[in-house]
Amino acid sequence: MHKIRQTLARVYAAAFILYMLLPLVIMSAAAFNNTDKIPAIVPWKGVTTKWFAALWADDRMWHAFQNTILVAIAVSVIAVIVGTAAAILINSVSGNLRAALYGTMISTILIPGAVIGISTMIMWTKIGNALDSEFILFNPGLHLSVLGQVSYIAAIVMLLVLARLQSFDQGLEEAALDLGATHAQVMRRILLPHLYPAIGAGAAVSFFQSIENFNVTQFTRGGADTLTIYVFSKVRSGISPTINALAFLLIIVTLAMAILYEIKRRRNASVEAAREAEARRAAVLEEAII
Amino acid sequence: MGDMIRRYGPGLTLLVCLLTAFWLVMLVIVPNMTLLESSFRPYLPVTEIGGPRDVYTFTNYLKVFNGDIELSPFGFTFHLPVHVLTFSLTLFYSVVVTLICFALAYPLSYFMAKILSPRSLPTMFLLLFVPLWVSEVLRAFAWWMILALKGPLSWLLMQLHLIDHEVRWIVGYNGVMIGLVYTYVLFMIFPVYNAISSLDSNQIEAAEDLGAPWWRIHLRIVLPHAKPGIASGAVMVFMLSAGSLLVPSILGSTTSQWFTQTVQQWMLDALDWNTAAAYAFLLLMMCTLFVSLVMKIFRVKLSDIAN
Repeated sequence: MHKIRQTLARVYAAAFILYMLLPLVIMSAAAFNNTDKIPAIVPWKGVTTKWFAALWADDRMWHAFQNTILVAIAVSVIAVIVGTAAAILINSVSGNLRAALYGTMISTILIPGAVIGISTMIMWTKIGNALDSEFILFNPGLHLSVLGQVSYIAAIVMLLVLARLQSFDQGLEEAALDLGATHAQVMRRILLPHLYPAIGAGAAVSFFQSIENFNVTQFTRGGADTLTIYVFSKVRSGISPTINALAFLLIIVTLAMAILYEIKRRRNASVEAAREAEARRAAVLEEAII
Repeated sequence: MGDMIRRYGPGLTLLVCLLTAFWLVMLVIVPNMTLLESSFRPYLPVTEIGGPRDVYTFTNYLKVFNGDIELSPFGFTFHLPVHVLTFSLTLFYSVVVTLICFALAYPLSYFMAKILSPRSLPTMFLLLFVPLWVSEVLRAFAWWMILALKGPLSWLLMQLHLIDHEVRWIVGYNGVMIGLVYTYVLFMIFPVYNAISSLDSNQIEAAEDLGAPWWRIHLRIVLPHAKPGIASGAVMVFMLSAGSLLVPSILGSTTSQWFTQTVQQWMLDALDWNTAAAYAFLLLMMCTLFVSLVMKIFRVKLSDIAN
């Protein structure tokens, strides 16, 4: 009975993985189908790479791609700086103030993107109107998308950095201060190096969150395109298998990065295992000598 | 705070505070206050802003009650304002999506936490992370292709002689539900998995030894232990579903309307930002109430959900 349930669970897991991956496979495969206009996998009309050529020649796509990368870089830089500062602040206050700050920061993750987009848009245009200024910051555009996206992505960075801060030994800072380090040195040489892994992870997560973002961007972008917006508008009007070609390329990049990450993890794990084995051998040797 | 000044000096402490303040004040609090304030102002031509007609009013919120449509479910006929209907259906279907996601995710999370050998776990995670990293718009597009009238699903079922003509799958809210479940089910799996994996397997074995049937083990031991994870997953899936604009726009049919789409029409088509603000605020209220409800039912705190 126990065995049957375990087998069922395995079958279910396999079916689930299939359910997760099959749509992506179908979408990618359609990029190679030699159809006329509409992306399709059936009927199969032979293999072609013409949709990749068409994608390469699409200026609007390249423009959207460039915008996406610029926005993602801006978002990760600002979100990492702000999120790290917020984590350091949260870590050094306590009581009600901490609860209030932490609650406000976390709640930004739960605000729907449409609300963030609209509120960002209304506030900055209102400030622009009040100052009677035509300065670019106060008009719709991707810079407002950056600010809107930062408002919740910073919270994700904050959580990552805060988790890392839990393992920080504040005695190190005390020691550095006692030995005559300046405040800036304490921050730059002691605290930040400890946080680098979390900051790196935060930057990567911010970058991907930004690329994915649709809701905030849709309401704040003015007329500018990002890749997500580009794909969306193509699907709604003027769909062609170039979108499948783009999807295929993006999935390949994702897959490559996932595999690289996995290889690195395995290597680290084996290094760790080797170290442990060495330690064991050393311990045995020590015992033998004694 | 005093400790912070001692460690990093007044200059750096001030910088840290200013950065945090910039985030919370300029990017979170003031925009939301402005949103609330604008939602009570009428939509006026530029020349009349600040004029005698620019007063606080509930008009924008009352627009929800405009435009009745007739409904006759189960033979009862009654009238309902169209936006109230959209709002209720969005709420209803988001809850259904959350429940389906939980039903799909729970067995898998349990499998990953308690049955699968720890050695295969990273591979499993890798396989699940790939669709998570592929952007939402592409995942919705994949289903748009699959569910198309002459798409692979119809084709496969016809080859198997299960149906004899092509079926229109995207009818009513079908497409939206399928898309939302596919897109957000992973946000249920990870928190539930985390919660279950912290359960001591000895407890399950003890229950087995004492003769408890498998369903009672789940009901009495695993589910109560996984409660914070379930709450956190439910909140994430609900918020993402109710707030989704992409999936309903791509996989919606002519008869499906999501509340975010209504908000978008006010904002980008009618260019009536004030009414859009009022509707956005209603959406925010819906989400806040749902989160509070879940937190009350599951007796968890906001900080538990964030993890």
